[in-house]
Amino acid sequence: MNTGFWLETLNLWILLALLVLGYGVGRLLERRHYQSIRAREQALRHVLALNTRYVPEGVVATGAQLVSGGVVISSDYFKTFVAGFRAFFGGRFRGYETLLERARREALLRLKEAAQAQGSTLVIGVRFESTTIAGSSTHSVEVLAFGTALKTA
Amino acid sequence: MLVSNLETAPGHRITAHLGIVQGSTVRAKHAGKDILAGFKNIVGGELKAYTELMQEARAEAVERMTAEAKAIGANAVLNVRFVTTSITAGAAEILAYGSAVTIEPA
Repeated sequence: MNTGFWLETLNLWILLALLVLGYGVGRLLERRHYQSIRAREQALRHVLALNTRYVPEGVVATGAQLVSGGVVISSDYFKTFVAGFRAFFGGRFRGYETLLERARREALLRLKEAAQAQGSTLVIGVRFESTTIAGSSTHSVEVLAFGTALKTA
Repeated sequence: MLVSNLETAPGHRITAHLGIVQGSTVRAKHAGKDILAGFKNIVGGELKAYTELMQEARAEAVERMTAEAKAIGANAVLNVRFVTTSITAGAAEILAYGSAVTIEPA
């Protein structure tokens, strides 16, 4: 009779386990990602990214090369679960805000890394694009940053 | 071939406009990656396999675009834009388009 109870409520236990796993590991990964983002942002401070379309006054630029940085980032089980409730009650959902912020900062960092790899420290005309990736009911988003890396004399 | 998302080519002069060129590719992720991504959806974080897939697809779209530009005698593509569209679950079209021009050093 006892095993019957556990079997009948198995779905509920699996759901609970996934929620706890998603919350715990998801939080840990997010914190680590933020640490890595902050460290690399410091290190890449000398690479300048602007979204202006023209070469800044006083800069002599000769070459121009398209550079881009992209990242596909996924929500965790807990956030996806809570998002379901949010969609019903409305309001601000902090979990997805941080998800998108992480993706956007990561994309910009990769753009700067790509520029640096080409020996450039100035990127102009930077644009962001984001797309949701259609999949098996997964909540994941791709953020792309692209711009023109200049060879400054 | 100079590829840029600016309307002008720094240090160069545009001598002729040759019209819009584009390149696109439709990519689907394979089942193995999809299953792994499914696990990743429990704990969240970056889906590295998808990031690579999108980067490869975008590189291919740019390559096809520059091939088209070369075929009509251009030596630069300016004002490049990217568009991504999810066609069905698990497949995406990546399009790159821009203006083919000929340039010479100013």
